[in-house]
Amino acid sequence: MFLSYFTEQPMSAYPADEGLKEGFTSVMFSNKYYDPVEGSRLFNERIEEYKLADQVGFDGIMVNEHHNAPFCMQARITVMSSILAAITENAKIVQLGNPLPTYDSPLMFAEEIAMIDMISKGRLVSGIVRGAGQESVCLNANPAYNRERFNEAHDLLVKTMTDDGPFSWEGEHFQYRVVNPWARVLQKPHPRIWVPGVFSAETIRWAAQHRYPYISLNTPLHLTGELWEIYDQAARAVGYEPGPENRGYLLRVHVQKDGDKARENAREFMWMQGEFTGIGHPYWVSPSGYGSSARRLDYAKMANAEVRGSRAAPFEQQLAAREIVAGTPDEVIAELRVVLETCRPSILMLWGNDGDVNHDDSLRCIELMGTEVLPALRDIGDELGLHDPFELDSPISLALTPPDELNPIESAADERPEDTSDSRSLKMFR
Amino acid sequence: MTGPRRYSVMAMQTVTTAVAGLGMREFTGGSGDPLVMLHHSFGNPGWMPIHEALAANYTVHALDLPGYGGTEGSERPDWARHPRDLALLVGQWLRAKDLGPVELVGCGFGGWVAAELATMSPELLKRLVLVGAAGLLPENGRIYDQFLVSHSNYVEAAFSSPEAFEAIYPRNGDESEEHPLGDDTLVVWDMNREMTTRVGWKPYMYNRRLRPLLGGVTVPALVVWGDNDAVVPMECAHAYVEALPDARLEIVPDCGHVVDLEAPESLAAIITGGNS
Repeated sequence: MFLSYFTEQPMSAYPADEGLKEGFTSVMFSNKYYDPVEGSRLFNERIEEYKLADQVGFDGIMVNEHHNAPFCMQARITVMSSILAAITENAKIVQLGNPLPTYDSPLMFAEEIAMIDMISKGRLVSGIVRGAGQESVCLNANPAYNRERFNEAHDLLVKTMTDDGPFSWEGEHFQYRVVNPWARVLQKPHPRIWVPGVFSAETIRWAAQHRYPYISLNTPLHLTGELWEIYDQAARAVGYEPGPENRGYLLRVHVQKDGDKARENAREFMWMQGEFTGIGHPYWVSPSGYGSSARRLDYAKMANAEVRGSRAAPFEQQLAAREIVAGTPDEVIAELRVVLETCRPSILMLWGNDGDVNHDDSLRCIELMGTEVLPALRDIGDELGLHDPFELDSPISLALTPPDELNPIESAADERPEDTSDSRSLKMFR
Repeated sequence: MTGPRRYSVMAMQTVTTAVAGLGMREFTGGSGDPLVMLHHSFGNPGWMPIHEALAANYTVHALDLPGYGGTEGSERPDWARHPRDLALLVGQWLRAKDLGPVELVGCGFGGWVAAELATMSPELLKRLVLVGAAGLLPENGRIYDQFLVSHSNYVEAAFSSPEAFEAIYPRNGDESEEHPLGDDTLVVWDMNREMTTRVGWKPYMYNRRLRPLLGGVTVPALVVWGDNDAVVPMECAHAYVEALPDARLEIVPDCGHVVDLEAPESLAAIITGGNS
């Protein structure tokens, strides 16, 4: 199993009452409420926690990027990745993910990740995402061309990593007369690319068609079967048999010696689900043209009703559904066994701390995960045959799979409409 | 039908013309010299009182800009990425129909498209009429950004009062309903907003390369503005009048951005009077 640590890195030290008064805490929620003194403290606490996660045996540290919102402090994923490259020794740096369509220069991004891969001595996993619609609004990247830009930036990125320069690139969205960065990825042919998402059928299919693992972001456990079915069908259609090495799962997990304290701290996971913070408007989360036209009426109704997105299920209900797992190491291990048996991922991201969980408790959680939870999960993973892409040395993409190993089954193609389940993404991540 | 209130007359027809592989659709009616109307970014709600009023003096062609009016997929010019592309299509449409020279009336976003066309093909125009036209960057104010608000809030802001908005977009049904506007209206608004996103996401509602070319508009121009326009600041009206060689300004009192929808009789009188 590949076991990774994650925190959303919330800017928790902001006046939540102002957010509640405003009714939203993204895009237009004024940064006059951002206190850089607290920001500095929080960044440095997180850095200490990442160092500990590396020392106690996590295989990876997952980082992400969001804009104009207190729920995530990381405005530039490559900045934190660069820091991790220098201050950690063993853990892979797992970017989940780089919001490619929002970047105006995929070439500059390719240079950054080549530097990170070299400085980290080949520990980079460079995940890519379309980015939620609000990222497009915040960085002013046209949301109607989000998927076009994603596809083109991906193709340019892979070519830049694998082909010798100089070459030129004349795309619809990006043009370079010379692509020839004097920074090259250390891992050959290129670092692994993973694709995170909540439950977008279109993205799941895209990941499967490229043979990139799909990292399901806290998707309710009972929906993961349906999710992998979409992935597996798309994988078989292009000619390979998927397995746990194609599957990742991010879950909110908090551990303390005292189970009650762990559960109390775990309430902070509700922080970004509208309990302590507001929710963004649908026309920011999914601007017109960003989502699937199949969902146009549902979307337009939601956007114009001016109602808040569906509230998160109550904490106790999420605990019962194992959408949040909290307790002593033994309690957590027992719960995670069920998760692993049900979802069968080989890549597990433990989202350990959120909201106002303090630095000391965060460190204790990481320590207990390292000493007690991770070894048990590795045993369970072996028992269940959950072998990760590094253990298996599985192909890093469809393009890099020898053609004679592929056996496309065209009838396996999934005919379901695109993005039928997108409303769940809206619900979960504003 | 739960969409906006539509007005129909016996003489009105829907006509589709093939241009650049697209079917460009218009409502047309009336008699007299040709007058072409280009709609706001949220689309043309139908054959409206302004069309009916102008039809007494003109053959009115209320054109759906390509990608607007409930079209998507193959009916949408996916390659069109700037309002100037739409202006080129309108020019080709005018030539395909051999309509010109026409009275070209552009409202809001459609005014921007009309102004672009006037700079590139003034020979297709008899007169340029800009109604609350976008297209120029205001120096002091700001063009109201629809992408930061809901569809209905944006359209409502284009009227001087909620009552004026509801006269066109009635909140049929129970006020307690979550979505008092009809499904058809919401869907078409969203399609239109997607097309506006495709051609006008940024820079938002202006083109720095338009103003220097307005001096080449060799036909007379009429600039009409609602005095309560909350979408495009009045300073843009003055900027157009200043940049166009032969332009005059008419201000409509107690009216918002959508003069065509809110004060159709006044607008028709201004347009017709100016022509007589």
